Amino acid sequence: MTRNNKANDTAIAHHVNYATAKMGMWIFLFTELLFFGGMFLLYSVFRSKYAAEFHTSADELNIYFGTANTVILLTSSTTMALSIALVRKGERRLSMLFQLLTIVLGLVFLGNKYIEWGAHIRAGIYPHSPGLDLMGRGKIIFFSLYYVMTGIHGLHVLVGICVILGMLFFTAKGIVHQGDFVKLENTGLYWHFVDIIWIYLFPLFYLIT
Amino acid sequence: MTEKAPANKMVSNKTYIIVWLCLLALTATTVSVAKLHLVKYAIITAIAIATAKAGLVVNFFMHLKEEHWVLKIMLFVALFALALIILLTFADTWYRYGLG
Repeated sequence: MTRNNKANDTAIAHHVNYATAKMGMWIFLFTELLFFGGMFLLYSVFRSKYAAEFHTSADELNIYFGTANTVILLTSSTTMALSIALVRKGERRLSMLFQLLTIVLGLVFLGNKYIEWGAHIRAGIYPHSPGLDLMGRGKIIFFSLYYVMTGIHGLHVLVGICVILGMLFFTAKGIVHQGDFVKLENTGLYWHFVDIIWIYLFPLFYLIT
Repeated sequence: MTEKAPANKMVSNKTYIIVWLCLLALTATTVSVAKLHLVKYAIITAIAIATAKAGLVVNFFMHLKEEHWVLKIMLFVALFALALIILLTFADTWYRYGLG
């Protein structure tokens, strides 16, 4: 559909499209919530069973990396929110700059995760490593959950980066603009959701020492 | 652009910056509280602060504050379902293995 056709739509149709597009995104996020919820459930049941082991395992995570990544992701959420506000004000170029900033912050987050995971793996802590297998069930479960939860979260960050990259293209092409920005707004909703998951992962894995 | 904006009210850039600063302040708080080693209440304070942060993100960045009440109820149902699943699972594991 060309943009001219879209402009001919009535305001009401536009309103409905906008509202349903956003509600669709929220419903998708609810399924994501239950998906991560299952892992949080596993975490909490095992944490109550192996409280002491979880505490000593968390000591091996680097709190500075965790805190830095929290600050990075919170900042990226802010730049994302600002990029939507800017497109609504018609400041297309500035919005693109903030989208780019969000992508860069996401990449820095993943870079930090790469360094962190690399350090654990060099220290011999990875699923089924000879070192970890000797450390007892509590620790094995803690690190399994750590790898799965931060891994799937990292995958979501990666997907988010790709989607924002697409939005950058759409904004440059004028497909996302002042009068039609729901694609960018839905991308924002996804990005903020991924941020919220990290907000919970951070204390549960890094701060329970 | 003559058509009426279909979207919800715009949040000012200033509000976003203030929310960002609050989020950073809460992060600093949760890290320093963790260093106090409040053994018994550590997890509760950590979750409470995380929930405050999530509340800021949902209300301001995701604009839940300005959303239609139907969406608010939908979110409530989703969160309630998750809470129920966690609660029932704990009821089961406590019953089988005891509290600690």
